[in-house]
Amino acid sequence: MTAQDADLLNYLLAVSLIFTAVLATVAAVTRDPVRQAVVLAVLGGSLAMLFTLLQAPDVALSQLAVGTAVTPLLLLLTARAVKRRRQR
Amino acid sequence: MSRRVRTWVFLAAAAVLGVAFAAACTGLPDFGGERHPYGDRAAAAALRQQIANAVASVTFDQRGFDTLGEELMLFGAVLGTIVLLRRAPDERRVRPPRVRVLPSTRAYGTVLLPVVLLTAAYLVAHGHLTPGGGFQAGVIAASGVHLAYLAADYRVLERIRPTAALDVTHAAGAAAYAALGFAGFAAAAGTYLRNAAPHGTLRELASGGLVPAFNTAVFAAVGAGVVVLLAHFLDQALEIESAEERSG
Repeated sequence: MTAQDADLLNYLLAVSLIFTAVLATVAAVTRDPVRQAVVLAVLGGSLAMLFTLLQAPDVALSQLAVGTAVTPLLLLLTARAVKRRRQR
Repeated sequence: MSRRVRTWVFLAAAAVLGVAFAAACTGLPDFGGERHPYGDRAAAAALRQQIANAVASVTFDQRGFDTLGEELMLFGAVLGTIVLLRRAPDERRVRPPRVRVLPSTRAYGTVLLPVVLLTAAYLVAHGHLTPGGGFQAGVIAASGVHLAYLAADYRVLERIRPTAALDVTHAAGAAAYAALGFAGFAAAAGTYLRNAAPHGTLRELASGGLVPAFNTAVFAAVGAGVVVLLAHFLDQALEIESAEERSG
């Protein structure tokens, strides 16, 4: 890896870390579960990006499937089931 | 304990934890540095066992027992969900109505579903060679199946997802992992979960000893488990109606 590559990687890592920290904070302060599910999906994608940059593609793959698809879906379905029971 | 006292107890504990954590972090190798004591040993062991993907070697070969624990944890979680979300006597199943889907959405799902399933098959078959493995492939396949719900409707999803068979697949996958561990006793001085099969040639499809078999077992357990988990959540959100909903 040349010095230029290393600089680029460090820059991408810094951006990715800040992005993840900001998204995680937004997810924590979002109170509406439906919105929170959407933020969590984006946060999952950002974490997958971070893991890829840190040379952990195995973890990135798991994170992509669990964090951006399955967990937000479970949250959305729970929110819907609760709302449906409350409406009637 | 009053709110004030609780806050002080928390702050004191947080301060102790913060100082201890910071002190412990100073002992770690530098971020991105040249010294990787654990990584070097794990990679050397992976090469000895002819497993090209060092992560798979750690997961199934060097730390197979930890993975067994994770497997049983997932099994317990899915089992708990099935028991908690089962249909109560006063609940009734209603058929969700047919819905119209945009032709473009339908085409997107029809094209993407085989691509996702092929990706999952690749990930599990090459788990010991390239990044991926049974867990990743299982979750990807399970979420891919739900494209049928996006691109068509719930009736179609129910047809391509036989929940009763997947219940059995989930349990069989978890049992197969535990049972494969006994193959470790085959060799002299064998131990549970020892990677006892011939290791083959590095970077070839037939290599890594029992790791491909472990990957397949995990794929069955995770893939079927996540589909069953989502099925129960979907039923609650779409199909099951409680007594008060009917009357109210």
